[in-house]
Amino acid sequence: MSSQASRRGAWLAWVVQALLVLAVVAGAAWVVNHALEVLRARGVRSGFDFLAEPAGFSISEGWLDFDASQPFWRAFLAGLVNTVRASVPAAIFSVVLGTLIGIGRLAPHVLLRGICTAYVELLRNVPLLVQLLMLAFAIANLLPDPTEPVRLLPGVWLSKGGLSVPWPASGEGGGWWPTHLEWPERGDFGVSGGAALSPEYVTIVAGLSFYSAAFVAEIVRAGILSVPQGQVLAGQALGLAPVQQLRIVILPQALRVIVPSLTNQLLSLVKNSSLAVAVGYPELVSVANTTIGSNGRAFECIAIIMAVYLLLSLLISFGMNRYNARVALRGWR
Amino acid sequence: MKNRFRPALAAAATIAALATAAPALAGKTLDAVKQRGTVKCGVTNGVAGFSAPDTQGNWSGLDVDTCRAIAAAVLGDPKKVDFVPLNSQQRFSALQAGEIDILARNTTWTLTRDASLGFNFTTITYYDGQGFLVPKKLKVTSARQLKNATICTQSGTTNEKNVSDYFRAQNIPVKTVVFESFEASFKAFFSGRCQAFTTDASALAGLRNKEAPNPDDYVILPELISKEPLAPLVRRGDDEWFAIAKWVPNALIEAEEFGVTQANADDLKANSKDPAQQRLVGTGEDLGKLLGLDKDWSFRAIKAVGNYGEMFERNVGPKSVLKLPRGSNNLWNKGGLIYAPPVR
Repeated sequence: MSSQASRRGAWLAWVVQALLVLAVVAGAAWVVNHALEVLRARGVRSGFDFLAEPAGFSISEGWLDFDASQPFWRAFLAGLVNTVRASVPAAIFSVVLGTLIGIGRLAPHVLLRGICTAYVELLRNVPLLVQLLMLAFAIANLLPDPTEPVRLLPGVWLSKGGLSVPWPASGEGGGWWPTHLEWPERGDFGVSGGAALSPEYVTIVAGLSFYSAAFVAEIVRAGILSVPQGQVLAGQALGLAPVQQLRIVILPQALRVIVPSLTNQLLSLVKNSSLAVAVGYPELVSVANTTIGSNGRAFECIAIIMAVYLLLSLLISFGMNRYNARVALRGWR
Repeated sequence: MKNRFRPALAAAATIAALATAAPALAGKTLDAVKQRGTVKCGVTNGVAGFSAPDTQGNWSGLDVDTCRAIAAAVLGDPKKVDFVPLNSQQRFSALQAGEIDILARNTTWTLTRDASLGFNFTTITYYDGQGFLVPKKLKVTSARQLKNATICTQSGTTNEKNVSDYFRAQNIPVKTVVFESFEASFKAFFSGRCQAFTTDASALAGLRNKEAPNPDDYVILPELISKEPLAPLVRRGDDEWFAIAKWVPNALIEAEEFGVTQANADDLKANSKDPAQQRLVGTGEDLGKLLGLDKDWSFRAIKAVGNYGEMFERNVGPKSVLKLPRGSNNLWNKGGLIYAPPVR
């Protein structure tokens, strides 16, 4: 084949691909436009203009202070921040716990291995929603009433209202910088002041962590088993202690298998955090539900949820792929 | 390359599903109902007195009876109703998308819902208001004493917004914990997570009687913080169906006013000389044809569920578990707000 012909082939391929992309984009635009037209014909108001209106509902907890007079877009932002607030600790706990259990499943000790296997089989085979509801039920029934909190330590109270601890706060009219410690106090309806971990937050973080840890454990176990036995024997021959073998020989090689699967697991963890709506934690989906209830903009709210999760997932993929590139064998990408 | 496009493709597929799921304008709902042979009625997953299934899956309640009356008027059989249970977030999309013909799901008539969702609200079948349920041991006697309290409620309802408006106006800080399902929200309250529970007053009585571990441990506070006129609603753009959905409940209200009951309807059909009664039992002038129905439309509706007063008594009144007083829901000439334009 002459070089001219191959250039023409490449050019043709570009044209075909461009046409395909154009067709997909045009098709998607037509579908969205058609849906909006149908809604308009039925007298349904649509559009994202509502985002600037005051929300009119409040959000019970979160890193971002939110007040009912603030606009909807800020409520969505607070919901997104709450999604991150639940997902990040859950991701850390599940990776740590999952790694320990995964290693435990390969331990020579029979009892330890049995416990770890039982954990994995139990947790990954029961639907997450059921686990969350059971956790919420347990917390709701085992802890004391908010009006009769238990004092664990001076300033640390535990009840159905949550776990309250002293927290730095800025004084009256003070700036951003904290000036004193605010101590939780017992009031008529329970403990107020300080910082509180609500039962809903504990439920979702613990539920997600325990559930994902089971999957992480399997990923870690598979990663370790993928390292050829000869490598371990070689490590032993060099006189490395078991912990050293794990750290120097096995884990660096196992990570190459672990990281891509772990990326998937983290992606599903973040998406699973949307189940928090069932246990009363105000994350993104909960805010969107409330918004749909108050103004009926279901189409727009679902589009926002989709866009946000897509963006979050792409960010995680990007970060994990960068990390993967570092642990992968050179020349193997 | 492939990997990078996959999420975008998935998103496009979801949008496509959304868009194609919405069928083209349904056109004549009445024709569709007649052809299908059933009325599709959107109801709750179970709110005592309004729409709740029993252990055999038979639905009962005020909203359920409204749908049965419409089925009786349109199809001649009150049993020809498909009840579609919907949660509070699903209900509006279901009606917009044409999954149901009428939404009778204790839904509050508000300007936003009426003017921007593509709906028409029909006749108000219950005048409600939002109230609070609190444990007796807290010794709270007014909603104003709920400073710093945690309040449980359901998301996607007018209740969530009302509670925020009310306490903001009073400048009382409270915390609300919202749950996706009604059941999860009241269960959290009865387990002690919240110091108060808020929803429409009609539901509070039922919850206290049916769900509380011990009903006497709970009190309903005197304040009603909002107006909640509950009315069935239909899609815009089909005035014929709108008229039917509006006039069947109107006829039931007028039946109470003129003393036509489930029991005496047959007798009145044979013997009544009162023109108002005659119109209702189908022996006066033919009003049914103006609605696209036959002459006996209201007679069948009354035979199926009784007049409004009987519906009230059986579902939410003295003969029900709720035992709610008539109050605002009495007829206009008996001191209440229930008033139907004349069926003539």
